[in-house]
Amino acid sequence: MSARQIFARPARYAAIAPYVWMVLFFLVPFGFVLKISLSETAIAQPPYTPVFDVAAGAAALREAFAALSIDNFRLLVSDNLYVLSYLRSLVVALVSTSILLLIGYPIAYGMARLPKRWQPVAMMLVIVPFWTSFLIRIYAWINILQHDGLLNQILLKLHLVSQPVVWLSTDSAMYLGIVYSYLPFMILPLYATLAKMEPALEEAAADLGAAPNEVFWLVTFPLSLPGVGAGVLLCFIPIVGEFVIPDLLAGSDSLMIGQTLWLEFFMNKDWPVASATAIVLLVLLIAPLLAYDRLQRRQLETR
Amino acid sequence: MAEEAPRIEAASEPAKPEPQPQADMPLLRIEGVAKKFGGFRAVDGVSLDIAAGEFFALLGPSGCGKTTLLRMLAGFETPDEGRILLNGRDIAQVLPHERPVNMMFQNYALFPHLSVRDNIAFGLKRAGMARRDIEPRVAEMVALVKLDGLEQRKPDQLSGGQRQRVALARSLARRPQVLLLDEPLAALDKKLRESTQLELMELQRRLGMTFIIVTHDQEEAMTVAGRIGVMDAGRLEQVATPRELYEAPLSRWIAEFIGEVNLFDGQVESRELNRLVVATREGGTIVAAAPRHPVTRNTVSVAVRPEKVKLSRRGPVSDGTNTHAINRLEGVVTDVSYLGGSTVYKVRLDSGALVRSSMANTARIDIDAYSLSQRVVAWFTPDDCMVLQQ
Repeated sequence: MSARQIFARPARYAAIAPYVWMVLFFLVPFGFVLKISLSETAIAQPPYTPVFDVAAGAAALREAFAALSIDNFRLLVSDNLYVLSYLRSLVVALVSTSILLLIGYPIAYGMARLPKRWQPVAMMLVIVPFWTSFLIRIYAWINILQHDGLLNQILLKLHLVSQPVVWLSTDSAMYLGIVYSYLPFMILPLYATLAKMEPALEEAAADLGAAPNEVFWLVTFPLSLPGVGAGVLLCFIPIVGEFVIPDLLAGSDSLMIGQTLWLEFFMNKDWPVASATAIVLLVLLIAPLLAYDRLQRRQLETR
Repeated sequence: MAEEAPRIEAASEPAKPEPQPQADMPLLRIEGVAKKFGGFRAVDGVSLDIAAGEFFALLGPSGCGKTTLLRMLAGFETPDEGRILLNGRDIAQVLPHERPVNMMFQNYALFPHLSVRDNIAFGLKRAGMARRDIEPRVAEMVALVKLDGLEQRKPDQLSGGQRQRVALARSLARRPQVLLLDEPLAALDKKLRESTQLELMELQRRLGMTFIIVTHDQEEAMTVAGRIGVMDAGRLEQVATPRELYEAPLSRWIAEFIGEVNLFDGQVESRELNRLVVATREGGTIVAAAPRHPVTRNTVSVAVRPEKVKLSRRGPVSDGTNTHAINRLEGVVTDVSYLGGSTVYKVRLDSGALVRSSMANTARIDIDAYSLSQRVVAWFTPDDCMVLQQ
């Protein structure tokens, strides 16, 4: 046996670990959800039929399989409520991610250009909010934005408004909450790519006659695209499924898909429709993930 | 096409007429330039003229301020004091992208997302050059640095030597009035570095361009440059040709920095017409040729390069004319290093001092080689001595 084979064996086992993890904690639960999404709601325990019972024998299992249907998915497509929820989720995620990129990029750029000894401090400042519970921070925003909240008090004191402004239960409040909560996820990957970029590259561009805005758009920005991609995905994907922030800060007239899902599950006790909603959401999110994966692979190839 | 010497034209400002250079004005004049970082004076009052078509080297140990000076020429740092005149125009405050000067960076700083072709064309596009003019210029540059066939490659698909060539082509493409090179060969291995030095010289001569190279490698500076400015602690210590720098350094520090040297500290005992007699502690009385610049102090160092120190068994054979002036130091060989082209001997003098002698191996079979513990006479003429004031 050659040395290569001896070393190859444990390495091969180690390579299996992530697949085991994926199967155990993603594929198997996904199978459960997929099965439930093809079931029918029932007043029972569990609240759907059919139920696979291996003990009941092969014939019963075959019958149970035959009872599965894609009716729930038909419902999702035909009922405006779901389509609008999906659309709203995508729009909210798109708008929030754009705002996050517009705010996060300059912050990350500024951080990366700070003197080396100040960079860890800036990094701390970005991370510090995580030390407080996410829910408490959102409730703090409710406090600030409510009718007699801090914001309105200041605006009134400064005579900028004569009447308290309605902030809470608006889309603005929701966007504020989302941008506030996700900003670190946008800043950190951007900062990581910008900080490791060789400063001589920007100098070389300037040396070759590029004005400051050309330096940015022709060199800095293209080279930071991996960070942009990572930041956008880290924000976009969870925002599409966001439930707490719209529930607490936005109005109740239109729902995001996370809220719809929650309602189906906990209010209507309709597990099958809720599962179908989750499956469609997953499919919608896999598309940008695959796109990002392809982008990264292309970058690895050129390396 | 290739044999035709390319004209120098400022690609950055094609429409603007160049300011008329004054007759007595060199291409580049650096006047009392200083740069502070905090309380540290990185460059401390440097004045220097560089003529058009010169290959000039800034040489010094790391941290001596040579790179800071170069970065001020490129525009990445602004001088706190002094002026930088290019063709008579003060460019000290001009932004980097508006200077008719280009730089080749130490680690090349090639744009990793652009192909070789686009890297070279980058500066041409910024200068607003017409598309139909860019292609031939890029092709010319690619041919100049022998990169044919690699135009579509990305920098990380190139070897170190090829990257170095792309960086050179990119910085030459705009035909700058001055090309700045920041340790351009530091990343190459010794063999490649030596051949590239020769190519750089060839290129500079062919283009007739002004090159300013920063290096810490004295051999490199001496190989490529016509003149060398030696810097130490932010100051320009000496500006001279390589030969002058080696044979007539202005200070003990420069003598030690450039090459090897034997140093004897002592007092001037008497001055003759063109001879100085110096009483040294370690080498006895040494007769030295008086240097061109007047020796104002009594405490001096006599410096002798190892290859000027000859060894013999009984001292030089007298031909009856100059025996009185030959310096003879007696001692014992304590170390012999055979280096191929030469052999370096270390001789422990009777005074206890160590003297180095480098003898060229001119014959294959050397009957005259000296061996360890052998008693020898190390000798040199007054003209071999450099008298240095501290």
